[in-house]
Amino acid sequence: MAAAVKAKHQRLVLLVIALVVLIGAGLLAAWALRNQASYFYVPSDIASDPPEAGRAIRLGGMVQEGSIQRQADGVTIDFVVGDGKAVVPVRFSGITPDLFVEGSGVVAEGHMMPDGTFLADNLLAKHDENYMPRELADMSDAQAKEVVAETE
Amino acid sequence: MIAEIGLVLLWLAAALAMLQLLSGAWSLTGKDGTDELRAETAGMVRPVAVMQGVLAALSFAMLAWLFVRTDLSVLLVALNSHSDKPFIFKLAGTWGNHEGSMLLWATVMGLAGALVALVERRLPEKTIVATLAAQAFVSLGFYAFLLFSSNPFERISPVPADGNGLNPLLQDIGLAFHPPTLYFGYVGLSVAFSFAVGALITREVGPAFARAMRPWVLGAWIFLTVGITAGSYWAYYELGWGGWWFWDPVENASLMPWLAATALLHSAGVLAARDALRTWTIMLGVVAFSMSMVGTFLVRSGILTSVHAFAVDPERGSFILVLLAIYIGGALTLFGLRAATVTEGKQFAAVSREASLVFNNVALTAILAIVLLGTLYPLVTEAFGTRVSIGPPYFNPMGAVFALPMMVVMAIGPLLRWRDDRFGRVGRALILPGLATIAVLVATLVLAPGIGVLPLLGLALAVGLAIASVIPLFGRNLRRTPLPIWGMVVSHLGLAVAVGGMASESAFSTERLVAAQVGDTVTVGPWSIELAAVEPVAGPNWTALQADMQASYEGGAPTQMLPQSRTFTSPPQTTSESALHTRWNGQLYTVIGELGEDGRWQLRLWWKPFVPLIWLGGLLVALGGALALVGRIISGWRRQYQARRIAMRREERPVGDLR
Repeated sequence: MAAAVKAKHQRLVLLVIALVVLIGAGLLAAWALRNQASYFYVPSDIASDPPEAGRAIRLGGMVQEGSIQRQADGVTIDFVVGDGKAVVPVRFSGITPDLFVEGSGVVAEGHMMPDGTFLADNLLAKHDENYMPRELADMSDAQAKEVVAETE
Repeated sequence: MIAEIGLVLLWLAAALAMLQLLSGAWSLTGKDGTDELRAETAGMVRPVAVMQGVLAALSFAMLAWLFVRTDLSVLLVALNSHSDKPFIFKLAGTWGNHEGSMLLWATVMGLAGALVALVERRLPEKTIVATLAAQAFVSLGFYAFLLFSSNPFERISPVPADGNGLNPLLQDIGLAFHPPTLYFGYVGLSVAFSFAVGALITREVGPAFARAMRPWVLGAWIFLTVGITAGSYWAYYELGWGGWWFWDPVENASLMPWLAATALLHSAGVLAARDALRTWTIMLGVVAFSMSMVGTFLVRSGILTSVHAFAVDPERGSFILVLLAIYIGGALTLFGLRAATVTEGKQFAAVSREASLVFNNVALTAILAIVLLGTLYPLVTEAFGTRVSIGPPYFNPMGAVFALPMMVVMAIGPLLRWRDDRFGRVGRALILPGLATIAVLVATLVLAPGIGVLPLLGLALAVGLAIASVIPLFGRNLRRTPLPIWGMVVSHLGLAVAVGGMASESAFSTERLVAAQVGDTVTVGPWSIELAAVEPVAGPNWTALQADMQASYEGGAPTQMLPQSRTFTSPPQTTSESALHTRWNGQLYTVIGELGEDGRWQLRLWWKPFVPLIWLGGLLVALGGALALVGRIISGWRRQYQARRIAMRREERPVGDLR
């Protein structure tokens, strides 16, 4: 081995090793990205093409009016997220963000459970005008258009 | 008036940068010593670089002055400041926004160029001129960006009654100094990049170039290390989520330049000591700067939404993207044209210190590729209409694939000799760390059978590496050990400490989420915590509900913890202020949530064994870098001083003068 590396073309050997490792890292990354990417869903996506239970996804939509129910343990809440076409029940344990209120947008990170409930590990709500989850900002635009379309 | 003076100073600095670039480039076109005019023009580059730095600094000082005075007739101040903010946050407001932070960047870059012009005498003058011209080229892009699309000195009319205030999340003393720290790091890498370009243009890629570049890489690396460590701690206690790293694109934007800088630092070490890895070092110089530009682009273009993304103006995003394309594309083209002319350096055997450094360089670059792909992937898929997010399930195992073998080589590498060595020679020294690793592995498996693979390996390797990292000091006279050796030992030890903390945090943390009435006692890990009271309190620009918790460790005397839920008025926002209590063996982390309808308060409590080791380790890594930097600078001065004395003696008694 030492003799082989000491040969005239050491630079070439090193280059090849580095390239092989980097391409390997790239392929590994590509494979893992396909498997580990957490896709963004709205309730109608879940209704039409439900993701497999347990897979990490993100769910975005409006918290339906009158749907937030606090459980007896005081820290778990159940609520319903909808997008005007479909609804998904969501369960979350934790301290909710400040602007998490009924009738407002939310993005939940978590996964579907076999019974069709979305179990959220984390809730992202609008923090203020300057900082809101990207999906929410786009969603509000789309909804504004819908409202305009309905009233016309 | 102050705003106008600031703008004029900025234009003057930009003009000088243009002069620096043109005169530097023109003076390099002729042949050596044949042209008097070109030599004179080259002599002008250093003073111009110094002046450019001074003007940029003065311009920044004007902006800082406007912020301290809260001059609301300036748009930027009106948007980002408020008259009743504490002084330090008024000052920090200068760079806590898009325009100000870009001006800070240009200023630091100008000052760095000035410093190179003032002190760097080791390289051939031509190389320095080329370096400063490259630096001016990079600076010009930022000046253009400031002057044409992000003017910080713009006036507003009519003058508003009061300002908008600073984002409450950013009103934190740690965060006031977090952005400048990272910028110093980014800019240091831009200097390293300029050196690489200068060396490529003048074909001076060798140990002298590596020695001139190394202090800048080291400096940049220290700042990045401190910046990342501080940013991680800030996210940990300020966001109230109990996590210390979220693989947020903004965090990755600071991690990627760090990874590249770490690789560059080590390959520059090989080039300086052994004259090997010439092309690789140049390439890493280009990559490291590219990563800091990618970081700036991600953070500042508005392509990501976060507290860091100030500019949501698409025009600005495109401007930064164009700058990015020009710099990286230009550098890669130059590299492609000139790389073949860089002759091969010295060779080395497969078992040698060089080989171990090559191994770790490649591993660091692979981790960099993994982080880069994971960060960019959501942006790429979004362009095709699919929204995804990439989180720890991708980054943790993929990073570990390369990071864990790297730790093994890190333990062995410093013991190997340069050029050629045998494992047999260092085998005995490695018995102790090897045994310690196995002992921790077995003990952890027995005591905590449910532990994950990554925390388990991390913990075991951290202990082994911690022991192995101090072995290079054995058999040395500690007083005569050079500072850079101390630096290496402290940095490697710091990394082991940090990894130990990370592994322990992810394996042994316990969390409680409960609703408790005042008077209730809750347990988490070895702690029992009594919620004694919840009271309203007020600060200078906020009001809060503050919980009074009496926390007792295994029945000992109680400690008071005061987490708050704070409400700010300008701009209106609520934040959770966590309360932390640190013991030698870990940290208790408490957060108060909201009041339920039944009169119970939501509490979130964590006991995190050995978690402070993460940031302690980070600081040790930076301290090691600082030791090495001081050592390098002192030895550089000594060498210059001796060279000057020899030259003086020659002048006094010319060689061949036999009188």
